[in-house]
Amino acid sequence: MEMNLPNPIRPAFTKTERDDTTIVNIGPSHPATHGTIQIVAELDGERVLRADIHCGYLHRGFEKECEAHTWHNLIPYVDRLNYCSALINNFAYCDAVETLMGIEITPRATYLRTLLAEYSRIADHLTCVAAALMELGAMTAFLYLVMLRDYIYEHLADLTGARLTYSYGRIGGVARDLPDGWLKRLEEILTEYDDFVGRVHGLVDRNRIFIDRMRNVATLSTADAVNWGYTGPILRSSGVPRGRRKDTPYLAYPELDCEVPTGIMGDNYDRYYVRMREMDESVHMIRQLVELLQEKGQGPLNVDDRRCVLPPKQLVYGEIESLINHFKLVMEGPQVPAGDVYVAHEGANGELGFYLVSDGSGTPYKVHCRAPSFVHMGGAHRMIEGYQLADIVPTFGSINMIGGECDR
Amino acid sequence: MGALFDRICEALAPKIGESSVAHGVLVLRIAPQALLDVVTRLKEDFRFDLFADVTAIDWLGQEPRFEVVWHFYSTMHRQRVRIKARVGEAEPAVDSLIGMYGSAHFMERECHEMYGIVFAGNPDLRPILLYEGFQGHPLRKDYPKEREQPLVPYRAGYEMPGGE
Repeated sequence: MEMNLPNPIRPAFTKTERDDTTIVNIGPSHPATHGTIQIVAELDGERVLRADIHCGYLHRGFEKECEAHTWHNLIPYVDRLNYCSALINNFAYCDAVETLMGIEITPRATYLRTLLAEYSRIADHLTCVAAALMELGAMTAFLYLVMLRDYIYEHLADLTGARLTYSYGRIGGVARDLPDGWLKRLEEILTEYDDFVGRVHGLVDRNRIFIDRMRNVATLSTADAVNWGYTGPILRSSGVPRGRRKDTPYLAYPELDCEVPTGIMGDNYDRYYVRMREMDESVHMIRQLVELLQEKGQGPLNVDDRRCVLPPKQLVYGEIESLINHFKLVMEGPQVPAGDVYVAHEGANGELGFYLVSDGSGTPYKVHCRAPSFVHMGGAHRMIEGYQLADIVPTFGSINMIGGECDR
Repeated sequence: MGALFDRICEALAPKIGESSVAHGVLVLRIAPQALLDVVTRLKEDFRFDLFADVTAIDWLGQEPRFEVVWHFYSTMHRQRVRIKARVGEAEPAVDSLIGMYGSAHFMERECHEMYGIVFAGNPDLRPILLYEGFQGHPLRKDYPKEREQPLVPYRAGYEMPGGE
C-alpha cells in the first residue's frame, strides 16, 4: 500500500554549505543505531560537518498521562522511562513523593533501595558497554556482559516478579522483602561479575582495533560537558568528579565507601572505562550494603503511615477502619500535601530528576521528569561533528541514549 | 548552605520578589523581565554553571496563567536554585538562556511545544518530542488527554478507543 505521509521533522538545514558536500539522513530506525533517533548530517566525504539530531519517536505523553492517575498508579509508568535500570526510576519518584509528604523511610527500605539502585546501575552499564562493544564487532565481550546482565535480570525477577519493569518501589517503602537465599545468589553473581568483567578488560582494553575506534573520538571537553548539561558517567569521563551520590548523598550513600571514577580526555574510550570502573564501585557498595542490611537493616520494611502504605490484608478484611483506609488509598490515592519539590537521584545515565507539583489531592497536578538522556541528546551534535560518519555508531553507544526517558 | 543562600538573596535583593528555601533548594520568585539579570549573576558570581531543567506549570483559571520554573545546579557549591516567574496567557514569553547555557536549546524547545511558552531569543523552537504540524500544546490543562492527532492514519475500520 502506498502512503504519502508528511515528514514528521523539519531539518535545521536542507542545503549544503559547500558544493562538494552532501546531506544524509540516518534513522530513525537504522540497523546500526540502537535507539530510535534521527540524525540529519552534512558530510564532507566521510567527515561529519554538522548534525541535526531529532528525538521524540518514542514520545507517549508520559507527563500528560501522569496527571490523570493517583500518585501510586504512576509507579509502573516511571519504570518505563529508563527501562534498563527501572528500579532507580522507581526509587527516585517515590523519594520525591515522600519528600513532599514528609516521610522518612525505614532503615531496611533505605538499604534495600540503595542496594537495588546500585545493582540496577550495573545492569544498565552492562547493557551500554555490551551494546557499544558489539557495534564495534566485539561479539564475545558482548555475550559475556549480556550473560551477566541476564543473571541480574533473572535474579531481580526472583525478587520482583518481572525482568525489566519491576514496579517494585512503593511510596513509603518497597513492595516486598527479599526471598530466601536471594543474598546468597547475589554473592554468586558478583563473583561471576568479577570473572567475566575481568575477561572483557583483557579482551578490549589494550586491543588495537578498540583503541583506534574509541581513543580521541567524540571528545567532549569539561567546559562543554557542563555547558551542555551533561551529568553522570559522561560528565565524569570528561574529568569532573561530580555525582549525586557523593555531592548531595541520599538514601544510604553517606554510610558507604566509594570512589568517583573520572576520565581525562572525555572521549569514547574514557566513557567506556568510566562505566566499567563505576560498575566495580557499585559491586564494592553492594557488598557493604549486604553487611549493613544484616547489621542495621533488620527492622520493618515499610513506614507505619496510613496516609500512603496500605494496611495489612488481614485487617482490611477484619475491621471497618482498615477497609475504608484501603479503599481510600486505592480509589483516591495518597493525599500529598500541596507544594512542589525537585528530587534528583543519580540515574545510570546521569541526573534523573522529578519535579512534582501537588494541589493537595490524590492525583498529581504536574509530574515533570528531568531525563538525562534528553539533555544529553541536546549536546550530542558536539560529539559527532568533526568526526567520521562511522564514529557515530560507537559514540552513540557510549552516550547510552535510552528512548524511554529521552522521549517520555 | 544557608550562608550561600543568604549571600545570593542579599546580592540579588532588588531583582527578586520572594525567596525561600524548600527541601534544600533556594527558590527565587522573580518578574520575567529580571530573568537574564538574575541568571547572569547566579552564573558569574555564584557559579551556578549547570542549567539542569526548565519546565512550566499551567495554573488554568489563575492570572497570570503560567509559571515557568528553572533549575540550576552549582558543581562548585553543590547547591540548587529554582527560579520561578509567572507569565500571562496573552503573551507567554520569557527570555531564552541559550546565550549562557548550551543545554537550554533542547529544554526550551520541549517547554515551548508542551506549554507554548515563547523563549525570546531562541531562533530554533521547532518541535522536538512532537512532530511538525502538531496542533496545540499538550501539557496545557485545557488540552484534553484523549485528543489524538495521528500522523500515520489509522487502518480503515479501526475505531479509536474513546474516540472524539
